[in-house]
Amino acid sequence: MAKKEKTSTGDGSTDTGFLEAPPRANEWRRFSRVFFQRKLVVFGLVVLALLIICAIFAPWLAPYDPYVGNLGDSLAQPSWKYLLGTDIQGRDTLSRLIFGARTALIVGFGTTIAAAIAGTVLGLVAGYFGGIINMVIMRAMDTLMGFPMLLLALLISAVLGSGIQNVIIALAVATLPGYARVMHGLTLSVRENDYILAERAMGANNRRIMANHILPNTLPPMIVLVTLQLGSIILAEAGLSFLGIGIKPPGAAWGSMVYDGYRFLLSSPILSFAPGLAIMLVVFAFNMVGDGLRDALDPRLRGII
Amino acid sequence: MSAYIIRRLLQSVIILLIMTLIVFFAMRLLPGDPLVIFMGQQASSGSMSQEQMESLRHEFGLDKPIIVQYFNWMGGLFHGDLGTSIYYHEDVGKLLAQRFPITLHLGLLAFIISNVVGILLGLLAAVRRGTWIDSVSTTIANIGITIPQFWLGILLIYTLGLRFGWLPIYGYTSPFEDFWLNTRQIIMPVICLAITGMAYTARQMRSSMLEVIQQDYIRTAWSKGLRERSVILKHALKNSLIPVITLMGIGLGMVFGGAVLIETVFAIPGVGRLLVASVFAQDYQVVQSGTLVIAFIIIMSNIIVDISYGWLDPRIRYG
Amino acid sequence: MAELLRVNDLETQFKTESGVVKAVDGVSYYIDEQDIVGLVGESGCGKSVSQLSVMQLINPPGKIIGGQIIFEGKDLLKYPQHGPEMRSIRGAKIAMIFQEPMTSLNPVLSIGQQLTEMLVLHLKMNHEAARQRAIELMGMIGIPAPEKRIDDYPHHFSGGMRQRVMIAMGLSCNPRILIADEPTTALDVTTQAQLLELMKDMVQRFRASLVIVTHNLGVVARYARRIYIMYAGRIVESGPTKDIFGTPRHPYTMGLLKSIPRLDEEEGRKLVPIEGLPPNLINMPPTCAFLPRCSWKIDRCYKDPWPGLTPVNGNHFIRCYADTREKKN
Repeated sequence: MAKKEKTSTGDGSTDTGFLEAPPRANEWRRFSRVFFQRKLVVFGLVVLALLIICAIFAPWLAPYDPYVGNLGDSLAQPSWKYLLGTDIQGRDTLSRLIFGARTALIVGFGTTIAAAIAGTVLGLVAGYFGGIINMVIMRAMDTLMGFPMLLLALLISAVLGSGIQNVIIALAVATLPGYARVMHGLTLSVRENDYILAERAMGANNRRIMANHILPNTLPPMIVLVTLQLGSIILAEAGLSFLGIGIKPPGAAWGSMVYDGYRFLLSSPILSFAPGLAIMLVVFAFNMVGDGLRDALDPRLRGII
Repeated sequence: MSAYIIRRLLQSVIILLIMTLIVFFAMRLLPGDPLVIFMGQQASSGSMSQEQMESLRHEFGLDKPIIVQYFNWMGGLFHGDLGTSIYYHEDVGKLLAQRFPITLHLGLLAFIISNVVGILLGLLAAVRRGTWIDSVSTTIANIGITIPQFWLGILLIYTLGLRFGWLPIYGYTSPFEDFWLNTRQIIMPVICLAITGMAYTARQMRSSMLEVIQQDYIRTAWSKGLRERSVILKHALKNSLIPVITLMGIGLGMVFGGAVLIETVFAIPGVGRLLVASVFAQDYQVVQSGTLVIAFIIIMSNIIVDISYGWLDPRIRYG
Repeated sequence: MAELLRVNDLETQFKTESGVVKAVDGVSYYIDEQDIVGLVGESGCGKSVSQLSVMQLINPPGKIIGGQIIFEGKDLLKYPQHGPEMRSIRGAKIAMIFQEPMTSLNPVLSIGQQLTEMLVLHLKMNHEAARQRAIELMGMIGIPAPEKRIDDYPHHFSGGMRQRVMIAMGLSCNPRILIADEPTTALDVTTQAQLLELMKDMVQRFRASLVIVTHNLGVVARYARRIYIMYAGRIVESGPTKDIFGTPRHPYTMGLLKSIPRLDEEEGRKLVPIEGLPPNLINMPPTCAFLPRCSWKIDRCYKDPWPGLTPVNGNHFIRCYADTREKKN
């Protein structure tokens, strides 16, 4: 933002000059200042960092093998040996939690990337070519959006079967309409301006226009969309594995851990509580970071996205 | 206004048609012999002779071209023939008719509660911004959007059901048989169903109310000497509800999505649980028809939402 | 005519990230019965904030920190902002209309609803009577077939029409004072003239006083009896309209007048803008705020704090040390 400076000189002339708009470095500083302002946002970042560390270094961090347990220690209570107790197969809950971070991250980011790419392409194509293509694609997006994420993922998994890739595909289909909508809107607004230019210039410039003009403008709302959706994706994946779709035991997924612990609620409530709490923390972290990003990038987006 | 409604209805019909196409062809994409899928395990275990299978194939119309199959199926739908469940050995229509009222009972209750409470919370948070009311309300909303619904259910079961024994922890008896028992049974599931929608609604309400309060026409209202109650409830509320109503459309979908989980946790014989069981049992007739019915309900509710826009915002009525 | 409103040393501040903005820094003025007063100044000089302060419509981060507003013998600033006393004054005794007709009316309520709610609240009319009165008012402001249009919504009306509705709303409860904050700024020139004429007529009909807040001297030239010129949160010149236009004495006023084209002067006179920009109202020095842009400044202006308002001639006051009777450039 430009600043006005006024100096009063002795002879009655005024030196009012506008300073140049501050350089990029200041924009980063402002961004950081707003972003790190709220303690909750920082907390979220810490949790996310923990999550990533757990995911990457799981084999070294986990005290026990998460997939094979010691039957003799089945349903152990939390102790110094097993910090969070064990399940019916004697598998250490803490180790399974740590490995579960991997599942959460893989599904979270895998889905996001797939949905972002697919949604972007669809939105771009729809916005750019208009006409029937536009109508069909956007109506399809509307239909998808009207459907609850979990239900959609459930039904797609019914067709595709279980397994982590299919979960990612199912969730990606459920979340791509959001990206498609954003891209569509942006493409439309740019198309109005540049299309005429493109016609005059070489026809082959269509692709260049899309790449050089439209894509860069989409970054801020996309980033916000990503962080907002990540929380819902993690919740949906937890729901799916709770139902038994996706990653099944002995695979370590937090949702299925909650389900497994359900039977032993009276004797070992920690089996269900711990993974659920983990889910909550991670979702909370993503939401807080998303909020912080939104505030720092453009407070005007609040309440709109 | 009626032109608007007609247009929306037509669009919805198109969407529904697209849905039927997707559902129909998705089921046909499954690997393997469709007859096996239709007949379940019986056909694949080799307990039937070739002729039996061929005659069954003809009976189900599976030997006709796929377009004809589609129209046959659509025709069947219009006659109320939703197929037969392999797993339950019953007419799908009957199965759904048994279970839908239960899911609707819970779902509608949760929907109403989540919206009413959510709007109230959001309004209070906005009008008393920065005070403790705002903090409490925002905290509740944050919990609502981060907590896994099924986990909340388990938590509630543990505390209210097992530990304190206040509420029954599973099952559903018809309210017509035993109203009091039914009420106690549905308290926990309804809370779990409602919490997410309530949180999103509260957040949206807060932010749109905050925005509306800044508007010029609110300043005009204050300058006329109106009391706070009039300014907020008469002038601000209608305007701030407009984005919230959009959410309501999504909210109903969320309730259905949540029903799948909650009915599993609380062992409630509703449509959600039926769908999950059918997915596992590969009972595709049920999945197919169940999906369509749910899609129909969701699309209808979206139309109702759109129509209520017109009531809220007079500028849209003539557009 | 008796005095209706007297404002003494009003001070209103806003807390911002960069510091405290003294939007209104010791403003005093008065309004008589059936008076028409102009309050003129550029954007940011505090004129709107001063009137909002009178209505106690200042919200955080703004705060009225000093002064008195004497109306009907009582100091309004002693009443709490949201209390019943102020509520019974707003709209009923002192009314205000605002700059943007496009956004000042609630889009989801009909014009009738927005008119009648005041009548029901302040004049205790029942709905039928209020509705009739609202139709009458709409007729007075020149809306044809008002009984047909009373249930229409604001977006059915043009900007000029909406502003007329605002005037009707403002006068509906027979207030003693109507404050018009930049009422014509958002309208085109023809509509401006019509609206001002209408305001004058209506105000006379209702025997109310009118305060016109504007940055456009031309707007008040014809209608106002007295004018206050504001700069940087203070009144720098005040007096009868004739004096302000005929013999302006404050350097700012003179600068303003030189920059307006006039019909009664020779062609070819160059419009002379006032050099420089409006001051930053944060951390103002105690000396005259107009100093950097002034052509009449003397040594004293650099050393002494901004002077008080001193009379130059009868009811004509200025806030200046210099003797501006000699022409400069």
